[in-house]
Amino acid sequence: MAPLLLAGLMFYFIINRLAQALLVMAVVSAISFSLFNFVGDPVNNMVGQDATREQRVEIRQQLGLDDPILVQYQRFMLNVAQGDFGLSYRIKQPVSQLILEKLPATLELVFASAVIAVFLGIVLGVFTGIRRYSWVSKTIMSVSLIGVSLPTFIIGIGLIYLFAVYLRWLPSSGRAGVIEIGGWKTSLLTIDGWRSIILPAITLSLFQLTMILRLVRAEMLEVMRSDYIKFAKARGLANRAIHFGHALRNTLVPVITIIGLNIGGLIAYSVITETVFQWPGTGLMFIQAVDFVDVPIMAAYLIFVALLFVVINLIVDILYFVVDPRIRRGGS
Amino acid sequence: MNFRKMAKLSSVALIMATAANAENVLKWTSQGDALTMDPHSQNESPTIAFNGQIYEALVARDIEMNLVPELAESWTASPDGWTFKLRKGVTFHDGADFTAEDVVFSFNRALEESSDYKEQVKTVSNIEVIDDYTVKLVTAGANPILPNTLTNVYMMDSGWAKANGVERPQDFAAEEETFSVRNSNGTGPFMLTSRAPEELSVLTRNKSWWGDAMYPGNVDRIEYRPIKNAATRVAALLSGEVDFVLDAPLQDLKRIEATEGLTTKTVAQVRSIFFGMDQSLDELRSSNVKGANPFRDIKVREAFNLAIDKDAIQRVVMDGLSFPTGIITPPGVLGNTPELDKQYGFDLDKAKSLMAEAGYSDGFEIQLDCPNNRYNNDEKICQAAVAMLAKIGVKVNLDAIPKAQHFPKIQKRVSDFYMLGWGVSTLDSHYVFTYLFDGEGSWNGIGYNNARVNEITKLIETETDIPKRTALIDEAWHIIKKDMPYLPIHHQVLGWSMKDNVDVPIAADDHLRPRYVVFK
Repeated sequence: MAPLLLAGLMFYFIINRLAQALLVMAVVSAISFSLFNFVGDPVNNMVGQDATREQRVEIRQQLGLDDPILVQYQRFMLNVAQGDFGLSYRIKQPVSQLILEKLPATLELVFASAVIAVFLGIVLGVFTGIRRYSWVSKTIMSVSLIGVSLPTFIIGIGLIYLFAVYLRWLPSSGRAGVIEIGGWKTSLLTIDGWRSIILPAITLSLFQLTMILRLVRAEMLEVMRSDYIKFAKARGLANRAIHFGHALRNTLVPVITIIGLNIGGLIAYSVITETVFQWPGTGLMFIQAVDFVDVPIMAAYLIFVALLFVVINLIVDILYFVVDPRIRRGGS
Repeated sequence: MNFRKMAKLSSVALIMATAANAENVLKWTSQGDALTMDPHSQNESPTIAFNGQIYEALVARDIEMNLVPELAESWTASPDGWTFKLRKGVTFHDGADFTAEDVVFSFNRALEESSDYKEQVKTVSNIEVIDDYTVKLVTAGANPILPNTLTNVYMMDSGWAKANGVERPQDFAAEEETFSVRNSNGTGPFMLTSRAPEELSVLTRNKSWWGDAMYPGNVDRIEYRPIKNAATRVAALLSGEVDFVLDAPLQDLKRIEATEGLTTKTVAQVRSIFFGMDQSLDELRSSNVKGANPFRDIKVREAFNLAIDKDAIQRVVMDGLSFPTGIITPPGVLGNTPELDKQYGFDLDKAKSLMAEAGYSDGFEIQLDCPNNRYNNDEKICQAAVAMLAKIGVKVNLDAIPKAQHFPKIQKRVSDFYMLGWGVSTLDSHYVFTYLFDGEGSWNGIGYNNARVNEITKLIETETDIPKRTALIDEAWHIIKKDMPYLPIHHQVLGWSMKDNVDVPIAADDHLRPRYVVFK
């Protein structure tokens, strides 16, 4: 296929996917907006208990809370289209600024747990795949069940009591050692910062780690049975070269796909981890917004998460398009 | 203050923390951060408590909840208002003098449309400046309890507010946050050094505070870090990372007390928990009784009262940490007497016969609305009530939901039977009558409308003869005690937890007052 034609096809494909993505975003925002009706009434949280009924009515009118939900949605989307997410009901700060302030903490936490999940997941997966009958493997497999079966909340509290209260090695919560570099507040450049990120990062990574471990292990078992591995063994190649040079490489395609799709999940699921560890990211902000019925923050956060999933999916689609010729044919 | 500056300051603060060990640093935590640094924007308890370290009012409450001078040294009543003598030589944190002009400015600011303190100051019709250190708050008629309502109305510097464009509190429809949301300039014992909302706020001692020699506190710096999750909050105390936890769950207090080096304190909170029974309708919404409202029959209300065993709730649900009561205002509030405080008692047989007399020997069905994230063990109390009322044949369907959905039900008057708690910031029964019992009361969700109680509510607003006024309050409470419009359960208990090398005196309004905190 000529490069020019390929580029054209790719362009068409991306436009097509972007249109779909916009539709998804619109649907997500509409659904989430209609759900806010059931979360409760923010006005009661916004004024003191002494406020009169007239004052409450007045605030409802100011915020347009009595308008039909469609009218509220339209007003919200018009503002969003102009980049205005409004002010938080709770702390009266601009929502977009709040999300940008909280985002580095969440992204660093997600990054740290992704590194843990990928590194440990692959190493342990390869190990348990090769030495599947050793007692170490069996132990790893049993322990890894914890990662999928125990709720994040319990794991987090358990780690806090073990490492912060009992052993006193690490801080129980919070994000310490924050320094600012070029507008980005990071905690990854100080010892205190690393000490405070370890527990939440492990907590958040456990589920993904388990999944990657089991996937790699299954793929390894599959690949190790294949003819080319048998042939490699027959040729007398070193085990190391067989395991890592041939077997592992061929297991990685599905693993990479899963990792890609799960990064979005890590950000979305950081809500609970951040709450348990008082990690000052977007997830903690979202939970506080739900408690308060802080509609502007909830709406913006859900749209942000939807956008994240859409973008990640788009990237994965594009990668497929580049890698897999069959999709290219379907696209034309 | 921008973020870069803030980050710098907090790292400086951290370095200082490791360098100077002689400093007394109070590290503490509670569930929620202050919502704003603006003193007139949010009438919310944690925000009031936090800002009360930085800002001050004319009058304040001490640990025992007595009214004490703060920025005013003395005050006297007259038939048309109150005259306050201001403290001399007081300066704001930026060095400006505190004078009568700042009082006028602050009251006008609190009266603004966007202020959340309008109700506290609404009786003030004018402020006369008599001299630089004397002001008269003119009221439309005598107001015997005005000082009681001013303890949370903080004083701002008019010059600072004008220079920073914050002459009015921010309103909800605003486009941008205003300067006073993150910055402060008060006269109080502590100054805001750095603030990252929901993360860390650092306050340092104001060396030129007027009360330095008068109060025992020896805290040099306060580091406040909110922790939303209760288990994590307790862990931070157990691991020694914080010195003080304001709101550990009540069920954890015993374990904390048993831990070496830690101690707890409890006190009766100024908040009563009760059930409301809607008597306004001819027919309840959720009941199977048609054509009549059983709650309109005092026999039914009394039967409900007698069927709920408040001592059992205290023992089983509250772990002993509550004070069962027969009046929905706690000790310490003017109007509560030991006689009124006595609960109605528990008498199942009498309750059953009252139900039979009322014509409901087979009971009836009704929905109980209950919050599940507002009061101590709120949902469990409701569950206990469901089981207890079943014994007199009443089938209660419990709807326990988050407070953000629960309170609007009461506000919109759509609940037949609900749980509510009421705190009394003024420590005067008027605050209870005007919201809960007055026919027009904004939280009177039961439609109680007794002509004499309404009249007394009005009378005590202007009655300056204290014994006479107290007698009126007592009269109203006796009418209420007889009418049983609400079903009182108990007064809540507060539990504070701390290391035993620091003495944090507990206050019934749940506000930390660092000026009394002493490191031993």
